[in-house]
Amino acid sequence: MKRVYVNEEWCLGCHLCEYNCAFANSGETYMPKALKDQKIYPRIQVEEGDGVNFAVSCRHCEDPICVKSCITGALSIDNGVIKVNTDKCVGCYTCILVCPYGCVMPASDGHVIQKCELCTQNSCGEPACVKGCPNQAIVYEDRGE
Amino acid sequence: MAINYMVPEYEVVRDPQRCIACRVCERQCANEVHSYDPELNCMRSDETKCVNCHRCVSLCPTHALKIVKNNDTFKLNSNWSMQAITEIYREADTGGMLLSSMGNPNDYPIYWDKMLINASQVTNPSIDPLREPMETRVYLGKKPDHVERNSDGSLQINTPPQLELNVPIMFSAMSYGAISYNAHESLARAATELNTYYNTGEGGLHKDFYQYGPHTIVQVASGRFGVHKDYLNAGAAIEIKMGQGAKPGIGGHLPGTKSVGDVARTRMIPEGSDAISPAPHHDIYSIEDLRQLVYSLKEATAYKKPIIVKIAAVHNVAAIASGIARSGADIIAIDGFRGGTGAAPTRIRDNVGIPIELALASVDRRLREEGIRNNVSIVVGGSIRNSADVVKAIALGADAVYIGTAALIALGCHLCRSCQTGKCNWGIATQRPDLVKRLNPNVGYQRLVNLVNAWQHEIMEMMGGMGINSIEALKGNRLMLRGVGLNEKELEILGIKHAGE
Repeated sequence: MKRVYVNEEWCLGCHLCEYNCAFANSGETYMPKALKDQKIYPRIQVEEGDGVNFAVSCRHCEDPICVKSCITGALSIDNGVIKVNTDKCVGCYTCILVCPYGCVMPASDGHVIQKCELCTQNSCGEPACVKGCPNQAIVYEDRGE
Repeated sequence: MAINYMVPEYEVVRDPQRCIACRVCERQCANEVHSYDPELNCMRSDETKCVNCHRCVSLCPTHALKIVKNNDTFKLNSNWSMQAITEIYREADTGGMLLSSMGNPNDYPIYWDKMLINASQVTNPSIDPLREPMETRVYLGKKPDHVERNSDGSLQINTPPQLELNVPIMFSAMSYGAISYNAHESLARAATELNTYYNTGEGGLHKDFYQYGPHTIVQVASGRFGVHKDYLNAGAAIEIKMGQGAKPGIGGHLPGTKSVGDVARTRMIPEGSDAISPAPHHDIYSIEDLRQLVYSLKEATAYKKPIIVKIAAVHNVAAIASGIARSGADIIAIDGFRGGTGAAPTRIRDNVGIPIELALASVDRRLREEGIRNNVSIVVGGSIRNSADVVKAIALGADAVYIGTAALIALGCHLCRSCQTGKCNWGIATQRPDLVKRLNPNVGYQRLVNLVNAWQHEIMEMMGGMGINSIEALKGNRLMLRGVGLNEKELEILGIKHAGE
């Protein structure tokens, strides 16, 4: 299945992916309207280290520990994409604790969780982080995994 | 504190309605123009540091930025321009020579733009390159003067070594050191895919790039950096660099700060030491000396590789080329006064050399008059900006062209002309690892391939319009050119008629 992969060799740490993610999931059509003077809650986050940058988002694991640990059945696998049903989520954060990649995070209101759903639940069409990456560091491809 | 006489050349204009303070501009600017004020939650800029490279403008997700020419001005003066005054301030501040990069930007005539191309109408049919064969392949090297046959009548094949190009465009010499590893990889891979050549410049060939050897021209310059037997044999041809269009008559200087790690290793010099190329080759003071080096290199490579001699276009270029054509060289490369550089003294770059169009026309004529045009192929560079320039160059007698600046622009260069600072925000003219990685060669090589493919289509369209179906038939075909706004002398040197004639 097609997944989002990050080549840290080409990641510049520009953080554009975070803003593109936040915009894609804002429901707005004009970025300044969506993001101006807002704290953003992106589902992809750039980890920065000593000369190494790496954007991290949900790996969409084949055997996802977050789904197993969900106490309400809010997390499910839909055609390989791990999705969250926020109507069922009670905000217990168990998934956040168990995710080995740190890719599940509280939503902006703090009551439920959010995670990357490969832009299947917004109007972007393809992952916004991939589309907006200036150096092809983030790619969306099927590596047969 | 001393008085700061400088006025910022550019102004950073930020649209506060659009800026979302994402800080992408701040993170992307190696010149540290942008900064974030957490208390005001807004971006600030220090335009004194801005070189107008447009990295921030290109990456701003909300298009909130633009860079404009600062209209703060000294008292207007037609003689003492703002530039003339600030250059004096700068020299008075530092006592040092002014340095510049890329090609001469000044307002000299551009002869390409004063020549127009012919097309067929009624009496001679034009050719549609999409439906009919159209040949853009060229071979560079010495051509035999006559056919020789064996006693049984079969042909003797004794063609000297040739370079085969699918399209008459090569990437000109830019050294590893002046430009980054990723820029070199992009050029090498693009040349391979396009079946043409890129040129190492004088910095040697990184061991990772020996695999692209069949599409590499290896250069031997006055510093002889990185030159050894395997290097000479790795390339498809060897270029002796006698001169460079941006800085004829002077050598080169890669500062120790750029001569780090693999750059120093590839040049075979100690890390951190300045790489100084002398102005002359210390073993070449005559055509006879040049001939010795040409034949030394041929000897070292078993006479299997053509030897290119590259010179800058200067006043007596035709006589110099005539000498080179008799030196045993297979190809002459001529670099015009607008050719680029990673660093050159400003006064040299802006005032030395002659236009490539005039140099090419006079060299081609001189070699034909002397009956030695077939001894050598002619390659020209020094601001070939588009496919029409290529067509005009070929019609003036070139066999192929070198593109350097155009190739870098394809890789993202915005001609900010600040290469000498080593802080290229586009990852091209820098060795800083965090900046080098900004040029992903997977992206870069594809952009170069696209550029040359586009030019090839355009060249075929223009040739088809003239009713010509091969580069061979266009070569030196001056009847396909007409001058506009040129005086008698210029037309005479170019060897073309005026429009309307």
